[in-house]
Amino acid sequence: MELRANEFRARAAANLGDAKLQRGLGLIKVKAVVNRASAVAEFGDFEALRETGKAIRDRALADLDLYLERFEREAAARGAVVHWAENASEACRIVVDIARENGVKTVAKSKSMVSEEVGLNDALIAAGVTPVETDLGEYILQINDAEPPSHIVMPVIHKTAEDVADLFHAKHGTPRKTDPALLTREAREILRPKFLSAEMGVSGANFLVAETGSTLIVTNEGNGRLCTTLTRIHVALTGIEKVVPTLEDAATLLRLLPRSATGQAITNYVSLHTGPKHIEETDGPRQFHIVLVDNGRSKLLAGEMREMLRCIRCGACMNHCPVYQAVGGHAYGWVYPGPMGNILTPSYVGLENAVQLPNAATLCNQCGVVCPVKIPLPDLMRKLREEQMARGLKPFGERLGLALWGWAAQRPALYALGTRLAARFMKWLGGRGRLIHRLPLAGGWSDGRDFPAPAGRTFRELYQRSKR
Amino acid sequence: MSARENILGRVRSALSRKVSPGDTATIESHLAAHPVGLQPPRDWEPELRFRARAEALASTVEKVSSLQAVPAAVARYLVVNNLPTGGVCWPGLRKLDWIGAGLGMEDRPARGDDLVGVTGCFCAVAETGTLMLLSGPDTPAATSLLPETHIALVDTARIVPFMEDAWALLRAERGRLPRAVNFVSGPSRTADIEQTVTMGAHGPYRVHLILVG
Repeated sequence: MELRANEFRARAAANLGDAKLQRGLGLIKVKAVVNRASAVAEFGDFEALRETGKAIRDRALADLDLYLERFEREAAARGAVVHWAENASEACRIVVDIARENGVKTVAKSKSMVSEEVGLNDALIAAGVTPVETDLGEYILQINDAEPPSHIVMPVIHKTAEDVADLFHAKHGTPRKTDPALLTREAREILRPKFLSAEMGVSGANFLVAETGSTLIVTNEGNGRLCTTLTRIHVALTGIEKVVPTLEDAATLLRLLPRSATGQAITNYVSLHTGPKHIEETDGPRQFHIVLVDNGRSKLLAGEMREMLRCIRCGACMNHCPVYQAVGGHAYGWVYPGPMGNILTPSYVGLENAVQLPNAATLCNQCGVVCPVKIPLPDLMRKLREEQMARGLKPFGERLGLALWGWAAQRPALYALGTRLAARFMKWLGGRGRLIHRLPLAGGWSDGRDFPAPAGRTFRELYQRSKR
Repeated sequence: MSARENILGRVRSALSRKVSPGDTATIESHLAAHPVGLQPPRDWEPELRFRARAEALASTVEKVSSLQAVPAAVARYLVVNNLPTGGVCWPGLRKLDWIGAGLGMEDRPARGDDLVGVTGCFCAVAETGTLMLLSGPDTPAATSLLPETHIALVDTARIVPFMEDAWALLRAERGRLPRAVNFVSGPSRTADIEQTVTMGAHGPYRVHLILVG
């Protein structure tokens, strides 16, 4: 997927004025957030469940090499072929080679963020293979000139039913309709023959079960099942960090993932695949390939961002982020938006290529509170901000300002004098209405709203007086 | 060096580990014990819970006393809902008297244009109102997936409280996983367009459960 993370400021500013986008984002607060809250309340001790989920993911990561080897051994014993890809281009080459060797013309794709991350569709098209996205949201994006998703669970959250109506009318040549049920039916009827004729299915994997060598996917639409049942070849593409030890561990994580993502106690379908079809079976793929993608993950394991590898891709962090809720997913300029993206994008593509993202947050910790595996997202963003300063990646003015502030903050008398002057100056600026309409050096803040003027005395002055 | 060696090498150095063999004991004990994690409180009777949950997920549920009563129940459901009275069933269900109930059930693999699919299930999970289906020659996965209407028979003696109990049953009865394990919780759905929940995205529009017992 094309990287545009360094355009965050410009795109965020544009998105704030996009009425359609704002409507879609508004729905997150009244639907996804509310649904999660009631599912969490209904469960009971969700806090303990989060702690258990964290422990399972930490256990897997602490012995990642061993669990991966065990997974590989069990999968191979059942006839699956396990491939390892160091980076995006290797992952694409492996999948393209499988398609070529088997004379595959069409690939039915179930939703996979890793496939977006490695740019699989472009690689398949370049090799003369047609990928067909089958998740409704992903399909809408694909026929809209391969537009990128703006959310990892609800990829077309930025579109209205009217948008989809126009798109289907234009691309399918069918009468225009706006009812989501009818639009869904139209997509179903167009995609069904493609499922039946595709030679190969590509899916992701929400979890890899080391104990049994199985890949596990969760879906609601059933497209994941179709892609992995009707095709001759199934390729599951996923990150190396997705391994979990046992079926029981997967069961626990399945109590966390759908509740956190959509407020469901379980997704409509949870499918485990272990090896290719048995000779006597009438359906199922004859070949089962599993592609384990590193693409920066092993590097994360070694560093300060390690906890990010616990992520189970539910999207709760973005649903609850005041910045995501305001600017939408496209502003983040890569596969993973919201708080998770503020950490993953710089980690995978280089901080210099996503330098604004660690600052695209208020550090309010809503993400940290809802994360099902307790990733301390604000702490990780703060560490990246420190790295920005250490590597001189911030603009000169900002670095100079922080350096000056740091210098003054270490000199209490000077600092007190400075704050006294600033408080009085700002009181004067506020005038009789006690509102500052234009803040010097912080025009961006006061462009859209007034700043309440301070009372004229600093906290330290008031504290001194109260002691007397 | 292969990609595999490079990746595992980087993982090992990140974990400050030299070689693996001696360390496997730590994972072996966890894999062998496969402990059950946190489950919600069990303050319900499995059959009632299963039924309530399945209905909350937009499935319909009825109960018959024996397997012999199933074809008539299926026929009644299809007629009342104005659905076709023919379709496909699992080969494992071919012995039921479908013809006697006026139904044309074929025990062949499902096709894209089949409208009704009848299956059983390996077991059912009460916690979430979920069916557990195992793929196999007599239990093909497509029968519960391609038709617009999925009718599933559930032996009430095989409604277990939690997913972990389903794994335990699978380990005890089969020893290993089949090619596909599909947990099904109601009709296929999507909320991709304006977060409006719509049934029948790619799989069945409706799921009817017939409890037998």
